[in-house]
Amino acid sequence: MGAFSAAFELIASGDPVLLEIIGLSLRVTLTAVLIGCLIGLPLGAMLALLRFPGRSGVVVVFNALMGLPPVVAGLVVYLVLSRSGPLGPLNLLFSPTAMIIAQAILILPIVISLTRSVIEDLWEEYREQLRSLGSSRLRAVPTLLWDGRFSLVTGILAGFGRASAEVGAVLIVGGNIAGHTRTMTTAITLETARGDLSLAIALGLILLAVTLTLNTGAYGIGQWGRRAAG
Amino acid sequence: MRAEPSVLPLKLDSLSFAVRDTVLIDRISMMVRPQRRLFVLGPNGAGKSLLLRLCHGLITPTAGRIIWADPERAPRAQGMVFQRPVLLRRSVLANLIHALRLRGIGRRTARRRSEAALDRFGLRDLATRPARLLSGGEQQRLAMARAWVLQPQVLFLDEPSSQLDPAVTRLIENMITDFSAEGMTIVMTTHDLGQARRLADDVVFLHRGRLLESSPAESFFDRPSTAEARAFLDGELLW
Repeated sequence: MGAFSAAFELIASGDPVLLEIIGLSLRVTLTAVLIGCLIGLPLGAMLALLRFPGRSGVVVVFNALMGLPPVVAGLVVYLVLSRSGPLGPLNLLFSPTAMIIAQAILILPIVISLTRSVIEDLWEEYREQLRSLGSSRLRAVPTLLWDGRFSLVTGILAGFGRASAEVGAVLIVGGNIAGHTRTMTTAITLETARGDLSLAIALGLILLAVTLTLNTGAYGIGQWGRRAAG
Repeated sequence: MRAEPSVLPLKLDSLSFAVRDTVLIDRISMMVRPQRRLFVLGPNGAGKSLLLRLCHGLITPTAGRIIWADPERAPRAQGMVFQRPVLLRRSVLANLIHALRLRGIGRRTARRRSEAALDRFGLRDLATRPARLLSGGEQQRLAMARAWVLQPQVLFLDEPSSQLDPAVTRLIENMITDFSAEGMTIVMTTHDLGQARRLADDVVFLHRGRLLESSPAESFFDRPSTAEARAFLDGELLW
């Protein structure tokens, strides 16, 4: 129980190391989510609406990539960014940027697949009306993304959940360098291994709280949206 | 009303539509003449909605031809109001603006024309309300306003008031009469014979995907020439 009370003390006192780790984690994950959405939302909607050869194959691949093991994503980014890799000269390995890239790769398939599914359902409902109004399938992309905004929050949240919880990818490409690339999950792994349970527990509690808060917020937005927009 | 050349008449030449071996529209030939109110009547399953969707281009016929007087302009010169309108999950005003923006109309013009439509149809008080949360009657009035704001030459209406109460039905009928008075051509289905008697100039009667009669409204209602139409008008169940 000593570890728990020490953990609460760390949180209550606003321990600077703790705060720094939390700050970096949120910065990396939220940026990755933002990138994942900027690319994934339009791409997912286009995948739902446009017909092209090989479309089913693309759908299956993105569905499968939702289960991409984070360590594999980390390994791929590592190989690309390492000194001898194609993007080696950018010198990004073991930096927060590398972690953002790795997490964006993990988030992207989730956002794409869930967006595709939401937009496909919506198109089923809107198709005749939009075609009657003269909308092409491509032009329907922004229309449906906006009309599906409350349902899409769920997909974005799933992306955030995956990125904030994973440890494999950020560990490989970030290196878990104290004060530089140490995130909540990598810190928990390290501190647990070292036997410093209080910091690990404090970070675990914060991670839970962040997840709970975001989910509550998203659920609230979804409920409110359905009531406010129908 | 408008200077642009008419896309009408619309001619259907032996139009057919089949799903696998089931023929749903069977070699229909007819003409939609400008500035008339044409009613497509017939029992359930006769193919009324299907015929409207074929004319409007939502479905591709499996045989026969749809001939517009001006094929180039035809797509933008028509609108359709569905039995259950699909409104966007946005405000009433945004629904109108979106329809105009789809036609490539600039943001400011779209807004101005939408506001004018709100005023004209008495929807001003609802402007900022989410369209999906309106009552059924308000939703259909908005759907009518959305069709009107695009200024189509031909408006297809698929049982626009079948799920509405008499008071709203009257409002919708008044809107149709007004549109028509402005020069808009109306092609409409209904299973409300009273409504057809009130509004129709011309009637085509469908039965099992075939066109059995095509005549001015009075002669159709007074002297139907086929046994099927007589039975239909007498309120008998037709299959």
